[in-house]
Amino acid sequence: MEYALHILVFVGIYIILAASLDLLAGHTGLLSIAHAAFYGLGAYTSALLTVKAGAPFLLGVLGGMFVAALLSLLVSLPSLRLIDDYFVIATFAFQMILFSIFNNWNELTGGPTGIPGIPEPSVIGWEVTSHLEFVVLAGVFAILAFLVVWRLTTGPFGRALHAIREDEVLAKSIGKNALRFKITVFAISSALAASAGSLYAHYITYIDPTSFTVMESILVISMVIIGGAGSLWGPLLGAFVLVTLPETLRFIGLPSAVAANLRQIIYGSLLVVMMMVRPQGLVGRYALGR
Amino acid sequence: METLCCESLSKSFDGVQALEKVGVCFPTSGIAAVIGPNGAGKTTLINVLTGFLRPEAGRCLFGNREITRLAPHRIARLGIARTFQDLRLIQQVSVLDNVMLARPNQRGERLLPALLRFGVAEEETRNREEAMRTLRFVGLEEKASDPAGELSYGQQKLLTLACCLATEARVLLLDEPVAGVHPEMVEQILGLLRRLRDEGKLIVFIEHDIAAVRQVADVVIVMDNGQVIAQGPPSEVLERPEIMEAYVG
Repeated sequence: MEYALHILVFVGIYIILAASLDLLAGHTGLLSIAHAAFYGLGAYTSALLTVKAGAPFLLGVLGGMFVAALLSLLVSLPSLRLIDDYFVIATFAFQMILFSIFNNWNELTGGPTGIPGIPEPSVIGWEVTSHLEFVVLAGVFAILAFLVVWRLTTGPFGRALHAIREDEVLAKSIGKNALRFKITVFAISSALAASAGSLYAHYITYIDPTSFTVMESILVISMVIIGGAGSLWGPLLGAFVLVTLPETLRFIGLPSAVAANLRQIIYGSLLVVMMMVRPQGLVGRYALGR
Repeated sequence: METLCCESLSKSFDGVQALEKVGVCFPTSGIAAVIGPNGAGKTTLINVLTGFLRPEAGRCLFGNREITRLAPHRIARLGIARTFQDLRLIQQVSVLDNVMLARPNQRGERLLPALLRFGVAEEETRNREEAMRTLRFVGLEEKASDPAGELSYGQQKLLTLACCLATEARVLLLDEPVAGVHPEMVEQILGLLRRLRDEGKLIVFIEHDIAAVRQVADVVIVMDNGQVIAQGPPSEVLERPEIMEAYVG
């Protein structure tokens, strides 16, 4: 039971990551490879604020979101003025740089040894300690993130985002400030990823750089693609499938060295099969990178 | 009412002079046709006027305001809308959504109102009514809920015009609004242009169909090799043999 709840906490965390990346990649047409970097920024900022400065959990979360949104401008302001292809490269560079910082700034981040002893969350008097309580907390965060994504991808805002994704020239010709939309969406997507990072840090109570590598970004991209980019439920489904699938593999009884490799093979082949058979994802309507 | 003017505009692509010291002042309202052979610089002129291309020299003015270096969306918000030769529409979404997208100053496109949904529903209702009114004007109201990509070519041209109108722009720059369209629909589109002129709009359109130009244009501007070689009322300009020769040649 505890184990199932543990998995559910991760489903919640990855729903936030996948839904926020889909806001950017699926709905706005901007692929970011730096999602793990912003996830890590949230985790580190929140951990440092609570461990070193004694800040409460929620302040840590908001601090992480703020730092992520702010640093997203470092990527978006210079690169989005150019064509979108440069944005992908810029996010890749940002991912590499952030990982190096997490891994090498020993005085601040603890380098490869990471930050231990991160306090468990306390939300206005509610001490979150049991697995079940964490599921509730992760659920609340996931619902809030989902609401933000839903409101920004429907109605006039979503209509404008989709227009920018489909035909930016047209969008500009009818008065839409495409650059402003893209910068805003990237900042929000990054801030939401950071909130997932805080959740992770305070759940595991220990972080190190290996959780925030480019592979993690690719895992989240896979969730979006497999679930269905640009759809409301796709990223949720993708997150659920890719979090629970490796866990079910555990029960087949393979030695862990084999299972780990098998997992990579399954991700890879799943992506290839999806690209060929259903490029728009399980429930999506829009094929990424078309 | 502001006049749209440009002064000694120059623009070249890889050494080819697409615009060479082009100076034009369009009338404040009415229908102006820009004609000329392929490669004369007609589309380049529209692209420069709407901010999609930066000229190497010269400037564009809208009233007293210089618009030469403004971003395209800013020029659109000043009330200068355009269509494209290759029809640009959001194919997958409905005809109505395409028009609603083009409505100006939408509160729901700003971050906080979008998140909190303050007053967005009322605004959407208003925009839907306005969009339907525009669709009725161009005769597409029955297609409102069809995906834009399923319209016929001529209907898609009407829809791009509807999107331009939905921005509430007073100046419309139309790149070949009747090219490749069924003759009956040509009449319909020309009729719409006349009605828009009567409402006080300025319509600048690029066209190869001389008969259409003769029918509706108040002013004809002839371009060749990146230069304006003649302008004036069609009855005068279109009768000059050297013009017709340049045009046909």
